[in-house]
Amino acid sequence: MGAYNWDFLIVFQNLDVLAKGLLLTFKIAASSLVTGLIIGLVLGGMRLSKKKLLSFPAAVFVEIFRNTPALVQIMWFFYALPILLNLQVSPFMAAFLSLTMNNAAFSAEIYKAGINSIEKGQWEAGKALGMNFLKLMQRVILPQAIKRTIPAFTNRSVELTRMTSLASTIAYGELMYQGRLLSEYLYRPIEIFTTVALIYFIILYTGTIFSGLLEKRLSRSD
Amino acid sequence: MESVLRIEGLHKSFDDLHVLKGIDLNIEKGDIVAIIGSSGSGKSTLLRCINFLEMPSKGRIYFKNKLIGNEIKKKNRKPQIKYKESQLCKVRTHIGMVFQQFNLFPHMTAIENVMEGLKSVLKIDKSTAKKKAKEKLEMVGMMEKADIYPSRLSGGQQQRVAIARSLAMDPEVMLFDEATSALDPELVGEVLKTMEDLSSTGMTMLIVTHEIEFAYTVSNHVIFIHEGIIHEQGTPKEIFSNPKRQRTKEFLAGFRHFEN
Amino acid sequence: MDYKWDFLIVLKNIDPLISGLYGTLLLSSVSLILGLITGLILALLRLSKFKPVNVFALYFIEIFRCTPPLVQLYWIFYALPILINISLGPFESAIIALSLGSGAYFAEIFRGGIVSIARGQWEAGKSLGMSYFTLMLRIILPQAIKRMLPAFVNRAVELVKTTPLVAVIGYSDLLYQTVLLSQRSYRSLEYFTFAALIYFVILSIGTTLSQYFENKFNN
Repeated sequence: MGAYNWDFLIVFQNLDVLAKGLLLTFKIAASSLVTGLIIGLVLGGMRLSKKKLLSFPAAVFVEIFRNTPALVQIMWFFYALPILLNLQVSPFMAAFLSLTMNNAAFSAEIYKAGINSIEKGQWEAGKALGMNFLKLMQRVILPQAIKRTIPAFTNRSVELTRMTSLASTIAYGELMYQGRLLSEYLYRPIEIFTTVALIYFIILYTGTIFSGLLEKRLSRSD
Repeated sequence: MESVLRIEGLHKSFDDLHVLKGIDLNIEKGDIVAIIGSSGSGKSTLLRCINFLEMPSKGRIYFKNKLIGNEIKKKNRKPQIKYKESQLCKVRTHIGMVFQQFNLFPHMTAIENVMEGLKSVLKIDKSTAKKKAKEKLEMVGMMEKADIYPSRLSGGQQQRVAIARSLAMDPEVMLFDEATSALDPELVGEVLKTMEDLSSTGMTMLIVTHEIEFAYTVSNHVIFIHEGIIHEQGTPKEIFSNPKRQRTKEFLAGFRHFEN
Repeated sequence: MDYKWDFLIVLKNIDPLISGLYGTLLLSSVSLILGLITGLILALLRLSKFKPVNVFALYFIEIFRCTPPLVQLYWIFYALPILINISLGPFESAIIALSLGSGAYFAEIFRGGIVSIARGQWEAGKSLGMSYFTLMLRIILPQAIKRMLPAFVNRAVELVKTTPLVAVIGYSDLLYQTVLLSQRSYRSLEYFTFAALIYFVILSIGTTLSQYFENKFNN
């Protein structure tokens, strides 16, 4: 490592800047997560529908957001959308919209796979008892599908949190942005970026551990 | 005797495959009907059309002399039958079905499975439903496993719970779609016993089965389905001891262990 | 909407965009190859019975899977050169970051695939007197590759999805050229939509390929 003088003190002195960034990371992650999940469930339902009018647009939406890079999506929403709508789009709005839609697309696929994984016999048993579609979904299909898809959804959430760092490129003040600003200001990229990496690691690693535990716990009750 | 189910000219096709080619059948209250035939003959399809898990391509089904579905009269064409999902749901509450793969709800205990139809569909309150469920579980001999999940039950036990689940709805007729075909040989007996006990209570039953001895003992009418139509039918004695038609003889010859 | 779309301007300036696309494809292919090699090495380390080596590989993989690719890129571009006293340009930093990042994921795919090959295969090979490497090369990997192919293609698609990040450290890929051109022309809508379209085509080919392999090997 040569004669490099590590100076983590300077990081501690500016921890509040990073903390501010972290807060915004949580803000964008949480809001995109929840909104994306809700929209994703609706999209998933549309994907499963037998009516082409519903399933086709949903499929197009999902394919577009799954087959384009997240960074390109964020930048499109920040640079291109305002021109299209003739409206101002703030960094938060652009990041929120693109991450929400991205999450919605992936959530729709998870939901669709989950429902399709329930074997036909379950549908038939419920129908044979006289259940209508809604009752079937509510009492038989969804409880089973949710259990199966929770691991995939929690993995998605960790991935989404990881993606929030991309918002720094459009000047949204989350953790990565603050880290970059601080590193330019203090001329200490090693300490700053190492700290930023460490913070992300702690959050995301905890997320994956939690996800793993959840998966184990759910498969135990089978 | 009162007609429970009457089927007139039932046809069912899956894309290009014409499975049922015109079934006419009348089931009266208390009838125990055994339906036999080789794989692909249409026996399961017939059962599944009766409770509309498959939609008939042509023909009519009457439940207690009332047509299921709405007749739409068309000018210069034969009237068509249109079905409404809500009406079908209602009919299904009077027809019980027991599946080859049991299809118990894995996220509910045995007793919760039995109570489910009562609570969600018939809107019966929890305590009454529980009482009724216990009664039916007792009847099939599964009361001591009431709080156990299906994954912890043997195939025979699961099937008996499945029977209790259908019985709890107090159906007018019970359909059995090869109820023992997926069971290990040593577990078949307990389910057949349950079905036999049920038959002596006066329940109307349609049983698709390969268990010829059981069919002989328990049923009062036997139907042999071949290539989508009723090839021959009669009393168990007529069909099993003295089949008249060639195909019926050939089919029964395959069950060498059967003695008159 | 009175906005006048003008895709003609994109076509007039197609040259820098094509060179950007070339940059993306070059970066993707080099990182893919290096990533696969890195992944294989890491997987073998993870399978090692020597604990320190195993644990090192474990943490290496977890660090790269639990940190954002952008953070990895910045660290390698800004921090690493100071630390090792070697200057790293955008291309080199990009290659290192993408190879190590994808390598961590490839490692898990390799490991899963290798572990899924039944013990009997190892034993049969060993009783013929095969060395570890011969076994790996001739018996285990050929069988494992079939199972891992869909996952590999998926990861490769993810890799391509990560390449636009290098634009922020000044590597001339498709996104970098797109940003440059749109800043000069105020035609962000057309340029960004065009870029998104190009990426969409490339990535769709990837996901279709992945589906094809999945269907082929599951039946």
